[in-house]
Amino acid sequence: MIRFNLSENSKILKGDYFKDNTGSKNIKKVNIYRWNPDKNENPKIDTFEVDLTNCGNKVLDILNKIKNEIDPSLTYRRSCAHGVCGSCAMNVDGVNTLSCMKSHKDINGDINIYPLPHLKVIKDLVADLSTLYRQYESIEPWLKTKEQKSKTIEIHQSKENRKKLDGLYECIMCACCSTSCPSYWWNGEKYLGPAVLLQAYRWIIDSRDEERKERLKIVADKLKLYRCHTIMNCTNSCPKGLNPAKAIGSIKKMLATG
Amino acid sequence: MSAYKIIDHEYDVLVVGAGGAGLRAAVGLSESGLNTACISKVFPTRSHTSAAQGGISAALGNAGEDDWRWHMYDTVKGSDWLGDQDSIEYLCKEAPRAVIELEHYGVPFSRTDDGKIYQRAFGGMTKDYGNSPVQRTCAAADRTGHAILHTLYGQALKHDTKFFIEYFALDLIMKDGECKGVIAWNLNDGTIHRFRSHITIIATGGYGKIYYSATAAHTCTGDGNAMCARAGLPLQDLEMVQFHPTGLYGVGCLISEAVRGEGGYLTNSKGERFMEKYAPSAKDLASRDVVSRSIAIEINEGRGIGENKDHAHLHISHIDKKIIESRLPGISESVETFVGRDVTKEPIPVVPTVHYNMGGIPTNYKAEVLTSNGKDKIVPGLMAIGEAACVSVHGANRLGSNSLIDLVVFGRSAAQRAIELVKPNTPHEIISSSETDRCLDRFDRLRNGNGLNKTSELRLAMQKIMQSKCAVFRNEKTLKQGIEEIKKPYEGMDSIFVKDKSLIFNTDLMETLEFDNLIRQAILTMESACARRESRGAHAREDFPKRDDVNFMKHTLSWFNGKEVKINYRPVTLSTMSNDVQSFPPKERVY
Repeated sequence: MIRFNLSENSKILKGDYFKDNTGSKNIKKVNIYRWNPDKNENPKIDTFEVDLTNCGNKVLDILNKIKNEIDPSLTYRRSCAHGVCGSCAMNVDGVNTLSCMKSHKDINGDINIYPLPHLKVIKDLVADLSTLYRQYESIEPWLKTKEQKSKTIEIHQSKENRKKLDGLYECIMCACCSTSCPSYWWNGEKYLGPAVLLQAYRWIIDSRDEERKERLKIVADKLKLYRCHTIMNCTNSCPKGLNPAKAIGSIKKMLATG
Repeated sequence: MSAYKIIDHEYDVLVVGAGGAGLRAAVGLSESGLNTACISKVFPTRSHTSAAQGGISAALGNAGEDDWRWHMYDTVKGSDWLGDQDSIEYLCKEAPRAVIELEHYGVPFSRTDDGKIYQRAFGGMTKDYGNSPVQRTCAAADRTGHAILHTLYGQALKHDTKFFIEYFALDLIMKDGECKGVIAWNLNDGTIHRFRSHITIIATGGYGKIYYSATAAHTCTGDGNAMCARAGLPLQDLEMVQFHPTGLYGVGCLISEAVRGEGGYLTNSKGERFMEKYAPSAKDLASRDVVSRSIAIEINEGRGIGENKDHAHLHISHIDKKIIESRLPGISESVETFVGRDVTKEPIPVVPTVHYNMGGIPTNYKAEVLTSNGKDKIVPGLMAIGEAACVSVHGANRLGSNSLIDLVVFGRSAAQRAIELVKPNTPHEIISSSETDRCLDRFDRLRNGNGLNKTSELRLAMQKIMQSKCAVFRNEKTLKQGIEEIKKPYEGMDSIFVKDKSLIFNTDLMETLEFDNLIRQAILTMESACARRESRGAHAREDFPKRDDVNFMKHTLSWFNGKEVKINYRPVTLSTMSNDVQSFPPKERVY
């Protein structure tokens, strides 16, 4: 029988334990993935005892508390803190989400925090999203019209047609969906993944765009599109409540019905 | 500083910042064929423009008659006559074209029944020079900033702008009073980069994070403002800090003015619609400074809501559910996520929260940076746009939805001016390494800080001082105390402790550099506020409750050389740019 093992340097080791020194009774144990590119060491899980008295409700509040009060070297991306910029996407309690929107009160027992799965880790919770960004560029995310429109006249769009963009244009490209998708894990370089396909559909279905056929042609590929096997992890993980699986299904349907 | 290997780049034009203003400038520059780079400390769509909700103002007239001159009047009045009328004329006149341009770029605006861009009412926006409310604010539901930012990033990709993402700008390279480029740190691999450019455009946003409670993102640290201050350039009108009337209580996240634009209203603990008292005509749609002060007075006089009587209620439950769903979906989501309330059934708890910096880097309407030696002087090679700049179109108080239009109008204006000034591929002159050395010396000193003070502690001290001493209402006593107290966190940097010594994605060091940027602006904000002995727009002095046009109808300029603050003034431009409109002379401001 063949046995597969993780390579030695991928094994996650037990890390440091940061004991609470406030004496508080309101303590939550938080286990966080750490990896420092400067040290020639394996990744590890550090454990922090965090005093939840005077701590906001969200997982990001816990991370900020650790960074401000316990370990300033803890590294993660963050910005708006209210779910619109998409910076603080990570894997919390086994699910990809925005840490600024995820309440830690919903989590029983220890909180486990990892970077978004199956991406190259840059440091701690910061993952490399450059492949996804390149794929986003490949779908040419801008409005295409055949001729130059008058600079003083709006392109009209009916309310009905505008409504078709709802559930699509709200995507903040946090990458929670794509990095929860097993197909994207195996074929991330070639399969566009749910985030980028949702964006592709956003332009395909925009009534103002005049290159729908060409756009469909760009994605009509057994790897780019048809690696979606309707596993639905994308829709389950989207912190904005969008449905990338449905968008992908709609593209497939348009191609099938020509 | 030979320890750091430096990677050199040469570009015709360099844009620092990739929010709405930076991206619009980059699009125009790339389109024209200038060799353009855009550096940003976050991926473009993470910029704080994404948080703008309610809309973008332009007199399109899609919902009744409108005129850009009315928009201009409202903006001048909103600015409490501290705005420069030539720039405001330019802004309002260009606005309709700029919005149509965005529409052609692909922004998914909400629509009217006849398929035009949907426009809603917003505070201070009126018809016929102040007569009645007008629907001028173009909206993509309540996610207008998000929609514009993503669309502009798409346009920049279309025009092949060269991006340097997650590069943190450290300092300007100056030579004989001219800007020659920027030094930046690549977070992803820890390398130091020297960008040389004929023109550097600063589009780094505001510095809301000097306060404890702000709608601003963690990244709103005014890095460009601080780079200018370190280069010996003045900042303008920093005392003009906008408190948004409706920040979500206890959380700080923004609850758009669109809520009131769609018919929402405020109440106090007695259930009274108190805005009727303070602004009999515009009521809940008065200018932001007016509404924020009214809430503060209600709270100060004991009519606040809750256990601590420290907030107000914003109601929209009387509005049709379908309208809430289609026009305010983001607000509903935020309130549900952060305070667990259903806006269709319960009121939203709100409190005035720091939101926007009217002040910033002084520029003319072409976005060229100005300094002053008693007389305005253009700083060659340097431009500023967006919240970082003080053009000044917002004066002492910005009207809601005038910021997004500011981004795209002046982003385009900067690109046009740069195109006039720079011939593509002009060779760069040689610059000595002294500026680079000085910049890296500061970088290295902070990086190796092994002292007693954690950055997070100094930052918190600064934020608490700003929050208590430079709030909605100020007076000589609190400001004088503030000036003394704010020195302490600054001096605390002499003994800074940075735990992470690495160069790759060292956010401990980045936050320390950001704190160094913030604290300089906090000091200048406090000093500028103390020096302005009058009340105007967002600057409300309890000890000088009246506007004083004789002594203070002028812009504050403030310099900080690292040790001392210098304050001076320059005149407000009352004359218009053209004969298309007459100047609006100062008068009493009532809503």
